[in-house]
Amino acid sequence: MSQPLPPNPPPARRSAWPALLGIAAIVAVIAAAFAWVGGWLGGRGLTPQQMTDTIENGKPHPGFRRAHSKGVCVAGNFQPSAQAAQLSRARIFTQPSTPVVGRLSIAGGDPHGADAQARVRSLALLLKTDDGQEWRMAMNSFPFFVVATPQGFQAQNLASRPDPATGKPDPAKMAAFLQQYPEAKKFFAWAKSAPWSNSWANTQFNGVDSFWFTNAQGLRRAVRWSMRPHAPFQDLSTEQRAQSDADFLSEEFATRLAQSPQQWDLVVTLAQDGDAIDDPSQPWPDARPQVVAGTLTVDAMQPQDTGPCRDLNYDPTVLPDGMAPSDDPILAARSAVYSVSFNRREHEIGTGQAPDATGAKGEAK
Amino acid sequence: MNRHGHFDALARTLHWLMAAAILAMLFIGAGMVVSLAWRPTLLDLHRPLGIAILLLVVVRLVNRLRSPPPPLPADLPAIQKLAAHASHWVLYGLMFAMPLIGWAMLSAGGYPITLGGGVHLPAIAPHSADLYAVLRPAHTVLAYVLFATVLGHLGAALFHAWVRRDGVFSSMARSGKSLR
Repeated sequence: MSQPLPPNPPPARRSAWPALLGIAAIVAVIAAAFAWVGGWLGGRGLTPQQMTDTIENGKPHPGFRRAHSKGVCVAGNFQPSAQAAQLSRARIFTQPSTPVVGRLSIAGGDPHGADAQARVRSLALLLKTDDGQEWRMAMNSFPFFVVATPQGFQAQNLASRPDPATGKPDPAKMAAFLQQYPEAKKFFAWAKSAPWSNSWANTQFNGVDSFWFTNAQGLRRAVRWSMRPHAPFQDLSTEQRAQSDADFLSEEFATRLAQSPQQWDLVVTLAQDGDAIDDPSQPWPDARPQVVAGTLTVDAMQPQDTGPCRDLNYDPTVLPDGMAPSDDPILAARSAVYSVSFNRREHEIGTGQAPDATGAKGEAK
Repeated sequence: MNRHGHFDALARTLHWLMAAAILAMLFIGAGMVVSLAWRPTLLDLHRPLGIAILLLVVVRLVNRLRSPPPPLPADLPAIQKLAAHASHWVLYGLMFAMPLIGWAMLSAGGYPITLGGGVHLPAIAPHSADLYAVLRPAHTVLAYVLFATVLGHLGAALFHAWVRRDGVFSSMARSGKSLR
């Protein structure tokens, strides 16, 4: 520059504003991305929080599981069969006996619901081997899931809400649900026609979702599993259902346990090419090979309000090495929704808002 | 130009490695709790990455005590100096606290602390609903505090780089040698 400078020239400084705006923009973009990922801005589709809210239907029972709320804790052990180790290298299949902390329950969100009204019963198990690995299961008495996706399950829960005017689900909404999710028809056919058994002990519980088992040789196979009862099936007639006590399942089970431990065989079904691995609403053909991988023995029962199953989340994606979840979207969604349910109820229990769920009801507080 | 020193190579490596890891962790954590499809997959990343951050911050603190960071520019206003020091202690505190709270929270919730491949860690807290009820929300709240602090740190770093141009940013971005 050859021009004479004015006296006391200001230093040749660029304005700070473009830089400040740039910094603000960068920070804002990252914050907005975080908010979007965290679901604050919407647009993330259905969330586990929304599904849990729908299940609660505005009437949560503090401290209780949001679904399958009524149940009992059970304990016992699992002993693998000689064939089990060929399926998976998981320690559970070579350790001679593994302790079990489980829970028998009925479907529905009412912790005081009538046992005889619950079409679906369930069995959850936690097996922890001596190497500290865990296998958690959450099985149901239905042979396949009602829908293929969590969106379908949410639609079913919304459609089956009682209409305030009639106290019953709106038939038009149910029809619309079935039209959109036709796979649910076979579930409703099962619910209508399958016989009711008169005990948890003679109920078969099915894992429904698919998993991958890998054995010590590295062979990887898609499997589903069931707990097949040793106790023979006994029918529960419509008349018996109408007359039975609200807690008849736990009362009956206690009577059985007083006589002898109750057992189920773990039956593992192996998929063949073309079987629906990632769709729990599609049963596999009956002819698929099955392996009895072991026997579950239940020899003790405790109320859930003070029992060890209360503060456990039976997340079916908690698996030992040698087992892995499939890409079944219901399986991932169960993990997500169970976690929301667990966080809510543990918070209620931990902050003293759940006397009914912890056996503290009626005690001086 | 090089008005004050630079962070040593280990400090710079740890800083940028952990910056990526922590930012990834925050996004994974925020995303997995609202995702129906990705929770198991993201959780399988979240746990080992959290433990990795815990190990790295131990190395980082030891290195920081052995090789102190360069001083802030002498002309930096006192309030900015205070903010710089305070935010760095918040960052260090949370880099320790977040993995430990996550680990303790899983312990209190009765969860196995699996790292993949059959490797898992022991519980560091009793299985307790009372404890879980405190730790689980704490993990969320402190994650937001950490995210806000990281954003403030980024904004301040860019302020040093683009507005003050005082060498503070380059002390972490480059080695001192290349400028000589």
